Amino acid sequence: MRDNLIKYILGIADNSLILGQRLGELCGHGPNLETDIALTNISLDLLGQTRNYYQYIARLSGNNKTEDDIAFMRSEREYINVLLVEQPNDHFGYVIARQFYYDVFHYLLMQNLQNSSDETLAAIAKKGIKEVSYHLRFSSDWIKRLGDGTKESHQKIQEAIDDRWVYTNELFMKTEADELLINEGVGVNVLDFKEAYYQKVSQVLEEATLTVPDEKYYQKGGKEGIHSEHMGYILAELQYMQKSYPNLKW
Amino acid sequence: MKKNWPLWEVFVRSKNGLEHRHFGSLHAADETMALENARDVYTRRSEGVSIWVVESKHITASNPQDNGELFEPAQDKVYRHPTFYKLPDELKHM
Repeated sequence: MRDNLIKYILGIADNSLILGQRLGELCGHGPNLETDIALTNISLDLLGQTRNYYQYIARLSGNNKTEDDIAFMRSEREYINVLLVEQPNDHFGYVIARQFYYDVFHYLLMQNLQNSSDETLAAIAKKGIKEVSYHLRFSSDWIKRLGDGTKESHQKIQEAIDDRWVYTNELFMKTEADELLINEGVGVNVLDFKEAYYQKVSQVLEEATLTVPDEKYYQKGGKEGIHSEHMGYILAELQYMQKSYPNLKW
Repeated sequence: MKKNWPLWEVFVRSKNGLEHRHFGSLHAADETMALENARDVYTRRSEGVSIWVVESKHITASNPQDNGELFEPAQDKVYRHPTFYKLPDELKHM
């Protein structure tokens, strides 16, 4: 039971960690000062949430495990984030498309997780949903702004929306840990809001004068630890300090 | 096409009951973006409870060249300042 709970929490937390890391890459490289700060703010929100989850896992694991061990000392196959969040920043349209696809999901997940019978998870969700509501507002506004902006911005955001679409379905694939914890009343059944997810996504895309992709072929693997070629690079940067100087503290 | 977004001035009310104060300026394409940018740039360390943004071009400012006629006449009229009262020691923060 404990191992499954840990696995369930990792399934949520790893998404926040990797997306936070991806956004962190933009620090000092945003398209302008204001957007740069906004994106790194979101990154910090996500990393803050990640810490809450990892601290909880560390408590559950015992053996003096720390949040840093969980964040930095695992091998690639042990990270179970979805493929969507590890996709590269490429251009600003890709940053926004990835963020939007994840934010809609994240918001619905947090909304449901607040009712978890696990008090710690419910509390993290309650705290997190305010941040996530803002993330969703930010990314939805940018989708509309780019879609309904110039010819070039429309074409670029449509390109990103199309390319990242294939990663959305994985968000709704249930793992073994999911199934077990849903029965316990701890986990959220993601299928309960799959329809709401695609409705919300379509609604924003249509408002942005964008075409909703209808591709039926989807990518998967992240939840089983089978990642895209990008993951190794992310981890190399993320883990470098802890692996070179074990137990290093700021 | 203009390359830069227009400039906006940001006013933040830091607490209920206090007035909005000028915090600084930023660039944004429209008022929604200006509010979001203001939130991210100026209130991320929980500095505020309310934000106003106004496009800088809507502000009419006095001309520094006119400072003579606008402000100097007040300088030699010390009697306009309430500095001739003796305040009791118990009164603080005046």
